[in-house]
Amino acid sequence: MNSPSMSFQQRVSHALADGQLRIALDRTTERFTSNRVAGLASLPDADAVRDCARSIRLHTLSKLDDYLEQFEANVTSVGGQVHWASDAQEANEIVLDLARSRSVKRVVKSKSMVSEETELNQALISGGLDVVESDLGEYIIQLAGETPSHIIAPAVHKTREQVGQLLADKLGVPMTDDPVEMTATARSALRDVFLQSEMGISGVNFGVASTGSLAIVTNEGNASLTVTAPRIHVAMMGIERIVPTLDDLAVMLLVLARSATGQKLTVYTDLLTGPRRGDPDGPEELHVVLLDNGRSRLIGTEVSEVLACIRCGACLNACPVYQQIGGHAYGSVYSGPIGAVLTPSLDREGPWHVLPEASSLCGACREVCPVRIDIPRMLLALRAETVHSGKGNRWVRVGFWLYRIAATKPWLFRCGVSVVRQLTKMFFVNGWLLRLPSPLPSWTRSREFPVIASRTFSEEMRDREKGSGDE
Amino acid sequence: MSQTTYSAQLFATCLVDAIRPAAGLATLRLLERLGVKVIVPSGQTCCGQPAFNSGCLADARAMARYTIDLLEKSPVPIVVPSGSCGDMIVHRYRELLADELAYASKVERVAARTYELSQYLSDVLKVQDVGARCRRTITYHPSCHLLRGLGVRSAPSKLLDSITDARCVGLSGAEDCCGFGGTFAVKMGELSSGMLDRKLDAIVESGADTVVACDAGCLMHIESGLKRRGSNVAVRHLAEVLVESE
Repeated sequence: MNSPSMSFQQRVSHALADGQLRIALDRTTERFTSNRVAGLASLPDADAVRDCARSIRLHTLSKLDDYLEQFEANVTSVGGQVHWASDAQEANEIVLDLARSRSVKRVVKSKSMVSEETELNQALISGGLDVVESDLGEYIIQLAGETPSHIIAPAVHKTREQVGQLLADKLGVPMTDDPVEMTATARSALRDVFLQSEMGISGVNFGVASTGSLAIVTNEGNASLTVTAPRIHVAMMGIERIVPTLDDLAVMLLVLARSATGQKLTVYTDLLTGPRRGDPDGPEELHVVLLDNGRSRLIGTEVSEVLACIRCGACLNACPVYQQIGGHAYGSVYSGPIGAVLTPSLDREGPWHVLPEASSLCGACREVCPVRIDIPRMLLALRAETVHSGKGNRWVRVGFWLYRIAATKPWLFRCGVSVVRQLTKMFFVNGWLLRLPSPLPSWTRSREFPVIASRTFSEEMRDREKGSGDE
Repeated sequence: MSQTTYSAQLFATCLVDAIRPAAGLATLRLLERLGVKVIVPSGQTCCGQPAFNSGCLADARAMARYTIDLLEKSPVPIVVPSGSCGDMIVHRYRELLADELAYASKVERVAARTYELSQYLSDVLKVQDVGARCRRTITYHPSCHLLRGLGVRSAPSKLLDSITDARCVGLSGAEDCCGFGGTFAVKMGELSSGMLDRKLDAIVESGADTVVACDAGCLMHIESGLKRRGSNVAVRHLAEVLVESE
């Protein structure tokens, strides 16, 4: 586990030294990545569907205020209640007030990244409530006292052997590393929780503006029980998770599971429209908490496209940085490439400006994104903002300023190259530099230092010109 | 090929200039051998990519304007022996100078006639076999910005496949980044090293005696790593193997 007091670099070192983490990440990210390719190949024209999904998301964001009003009106018309939360604290207070005013003691949850963002569990537990996570991965990390390390696979950082040990320690069951047995253990523990909880809290994959419906996808069916067995259902969603119509929803569902796990559809897709109305099924009350928490401020900025994200996690699986360190090293709720954009964008005052640096800009994230979000472009925009606001490394800034002076005056550039060549020669052995001043040792830990050529290309060209002039 | 029908200007890039001049010289020889009249604009320095990637936009803009002014003088295609610098000119200059009206049309003109070397060979000259011959077992590393930025996926491999006596072998995880990323390699040394290690393992496992790429940054990174390992796998720019004739 990483401590929040550690620096990003320390958390990275910590993660890289964790052999179990590497095993767990290798197993999962490789499987997800190859399944994704196969999943998309099962669509007749995956590229066209992705283009369509992208245009739906961007269109929705361009009229988000209209669609949100429509969504609220339709949720209300089918008997639900919409609550607007401008920040995390407000969202938690809304849920806590609902629980208190309705004498709720026990809460069961299905997966919700928004509730992670608001740290809802801590707020509810401090308020004296019992809270149990019902998604298997979330259940595991709740037992372990940890946070999710992946948007869709929260316990991805644990090997199945570690999970078996955890269940044995916490629940007193015999140790096993058989996923079927472990799932059965969790299932029987959770069964009573579903039946005894008075409130079920879920996330939302998409809210449908034209009908006021909520779409929730799971592979375990735990959301179906969370939102129907307890008498109160509270659905938490970010304000951006809207699609205009059910047809649009159908397009999003074509790419969501395929991009996430490679499945054509998740095992369960719940489409909920209002609470119980006369019929015997469903909760007595439905409350939808719409969280802003910095999102609306992003509209019209260079990073507004990040709001198009549908939280499939494909960019995490494809990212060579995430593959090495997992989610906890980022130190934020959302990790990986999308987290490196989302986190500093939503929380501008936080210590997050290092996250956009944690990318080689290889573009693997953009390549796999079902809605083609240009994550590298936004990482660059955030880096520029860091420099602009003076938060960046001053030496890097001075260095590039000097470099720019030289690079716009060719004679100075050539002189500069010669000076660097002379300077570095003093430190070199056999053409390769062995000792370097800080921060260059981070290069030489695994790499020799390249030297400036004894004759540069421009020197060769000048000689060539002279030569041809002499002839 | 006796008659010159093509002209091009060579933008060598700063890394080729200072670290890997052999790649620039080989590009020049290769193009000339294929009948292209090559101009090497004097005064060329750096496209500004390192500053752009580090968020130093004012500096990147100054370098972009300088490079555009330099390359815009001649109307002939611009050949860049480096995928990431090519991507910078073709795609990023537009964003970088979006607010500068004076440069709007210049940016478009320069971007529209800029080609990475393998792109120029396959799309403009339409050659696949350049008449090279060498006894090498070659594996190809597709650099990220060439692959995902410029969308060049198959041209380099086809050129390599056509070399007489050479054998091309696959590289596992070929499309994974080598971990260079400019200042990323220094700022995030551990992460970068981890990515490089995977790449080097794959290169060694491939059984190749030569690894080829089309980007001086990746070549420098991979070569520095192989040197540290004491490996004898040779590192070459595409142009360097395409001019070989034994």
